[in-house]
Amino acid sequence: MFKTLSILFHQGKQYIPHPTEAEVPGIFRGRPLITKADVDESALAALCPVNAIGKAPVSIDLGKCIFCGECALAFPHKIGFTKDYKIATNERRRLIISAGDDRPVKINPELVRNEIFKYFHGSLKLRQVSAGGDNSCELELNASGNVNFDVGRYGIEFVASPRHADGLVVTGPLTQNMAEALEICYQAVPQPRIVILAGTDAISGGIFADSPALDRSFLDKYPVDLFLSGNPVHPLTFLNGVLELIRTRKS
Amino acid sequence: MTEFPAIKNNACIALSAIPEMDYATFREQNIVLLGAENNHCVTLFGYPCGDSLRLICAIADDRAGAIHVSSSTIIPDGEFSSLSAMRPALHVFERELHENFGVRYSDHPWLKPVRFPQNAFSGVKIPDYPFYRIDSEELHEVGVGPIHAGVIEPGHFRFICNGEQILHLEIQLGYQHRGIEKLFLEKENLLQRTILAENIAGDTVVGHTLAFVNLWESLCGFAAGRDLQFARTLALELERMAIHTGDLGALCTDIGYQLGNAVFGRLRTPIINFLQQWCGNRFAKGLMRAGITNFHFTAELAGKLNDILNAYESDFLEIADKAFHLPTTLARFEKTGIVTTRQASEIGAVGMAARASGLTRDIRASHPFDLYGELEHEPVVKHHGDVYSRVQVRKEEIIQSLAYIRRLLQTIPEVQPVREMNKPRPNAMAISLTEGWRGEICHCAITGDNGRLIHYKVTDPSLHNWLALALAVRNNEISDFPICNKSFNLSYCGHDL
Repeated sequence: MFKTLSILFHQGKQYIPHPTEAEVPGIFRGRPLITKADVDESALAALCPVNAIGKAPVSIDLGKCIFCGECALAFPHKIGFTKDYKIATNERRRLIISAGDDRPVKINPELVRNEIFKYFHGSLKLRQVSAGGDNSCELELNASGNVNFDVGRYGIEFVASPRHADGLVVTGPLTQNMAEALEICYQAVPQPRIVILAGTDAISGGIFADSPALDRSFLDKYPVDLFLSGNPVHPLTFLNGVLELIRTRKS
Repeated sequence: MTEFPAIKNNACIALSAIPEMDYATFREQNIVLLGAENNHCVTLFGYPCGDSLRLICAIADDRAGAIHVSSSTIIPDGEFSSLSAMRPALHVFERELHENFGVRYSDHPWLKPVRFPQNAFSGVKIPDYPFYRIDSEELHEVGVGPIHAGVIEPGHFRFICNGEQILHLEIQLGYQHRGIEKLFLEKENLLQRTILAENIAGDTVVGHTLAFVNLWESLCGFAAGRDLQFARTLALELERMAIHTGDLGALCTDIGYQLGNAVFGRLRTPIINFLQQWCGNRFAKGLMRAGITNFHFTAELAGKLNDILNAYESDFLEIADKAFHLPTTLARFEKTGIVTTRQASEIGAVGMAARASGLTRDIRASHPFDLYGELEHEPVVKHHGDVYSRVQVRKEEIIQSLAYIRRLLQTIPEVQPVREMNKPRPNAMAISLTEGWRGEICHCAITGDNGRLIHYKVTDPSLHNWLALALAVRNNEISDFPICNKSFNLSYCGHDL
């Protein structure tokens, strides 16, 4: 008993008080900033291991970027990664950051379905499906619920059964061997339901994009409500992205 | 008996120097070698040479710190006697050969699919896995997965139970198969290959990337400077601490001990946040590159890490002392999920799980790499083979890692100038062993003319150890399955590749 109290005393308060404004420690590769400086664009684009860099003007697609940061190291005057972890949106093209663009990545209110705010703004239960995920995104989604990030305080929670869920969070590049299970799980979620893609692997396939072992036809069939960038998704990206989605009302 | 050449960990050998023998001799000699107590198989694979298939077997001698390599070229169409019939530890490697190249074995005890790749010779698809069955009116089956209750990776477990008691568990994997080994050959750029290594298993980023960069440097004849070796050793121990701590928290969750879950769970945070302060990613993605590093370890970082470790240590010892002396915890952990020393040795278990079952198997001690030669690592070994042993191994390894990190931090090596790396050596094989937090990771590469990569083989510790979980749960209650599973915490994606 006394030991337990002593542990509680030593732990103190561990939660992050304002996770929508918190700053991540040290260096972090979040939303990139691309200057208008002149560089050899072909060399820059060729450097990227996942072809996330576009030319004329230079752009980075955060749906493909695996945040290795090699471009910023090779061309420090052209590209820099900021500590802005709010890199979630419901519009796929908004993840493409072009030279000179310093706008925060936000949800497009026009594209938010009415029922999302109506039903989910105070409580959202999610079923996670890993379809080839490497377990780093899964660990970060688990971490979102720990005592530090405590996403449960906003009514966001992972549940075991898709029947209890309001939507799916998909991680991994969507392997062929998981295609059927993912489809069955999606059909088991009652309507209205949402789909969240967590991590670069899920959004574009990441480094695995060319692999014949993938089957991404699920994404052609069903609408996606939220894209969460990252490799893996930082718990603060997840928390802020989902909160913004469920709190946004169509104007 | 032919003398097999013995190579060291992270060494490179010319393909022509690997002894070539007919299949019967290859089989017999490797069976004899594996009979010795201090030998175990690190990998067995084949690569196509025209119409034939060259089998390569690598057996590690843990006492001599050497790896014996042998080979045999076969035409896959024929029928062969398996090595698994005599040495069950090789079952999964021969199943892989069967699945990928159509090698038929006349006496393989368990010739089932491994990961259902797209070009599988058997043509069996994932819903048609041939499960083992027992016909009885007394027994029932329980199927779990591929999607599990928690936020974890997919895999299917099929239990055959007598009431609450598990008679048999069969584990079917392959859902995570992404074709990584093929991508290693297709992506010709070194950075792309490094990124692939980082994404093999996201919970073992340091372990797998370290194996890859060490392997690549040995293929290119590059000797890493002390600064690189220091960073790699340090990162590997930090990863071990972080994941072991998280696992102890998850084990507390599975027995409903909320305080343990909360405290261990939050103790992991400062360690992975430190990795982010060092390299910008909580899982150390981006930290390691062959021949160079983008993130030097500075005295300032060392100061921060020291503070983090000091704060961690007192909190960790306090909760560990409380959590692992509670009667309720011990009642669940002790004598649950036992793998005997004999079983562990027979199935070729590796790493932390093997050490919890009394096997002294630790690459850091037997085949030291980077700075482990200087640390003179003594493996933590427990003898009961139950969940509690695996908990104790984790706890003591965390304390050991703390001591190693503090020793490393006493002298931070100076940053050395960047040197050019040569092209990979042609017609050679390189092998790299690393002791990740889960156990031994083996990467093996074969180059052809011009040094082009013609085969890449990744062996995650989980490939050896999944069978240990299936054996551990026998005769246990099905309600104890979650803690047995968590006590191993095996990788699905590391297995499925």
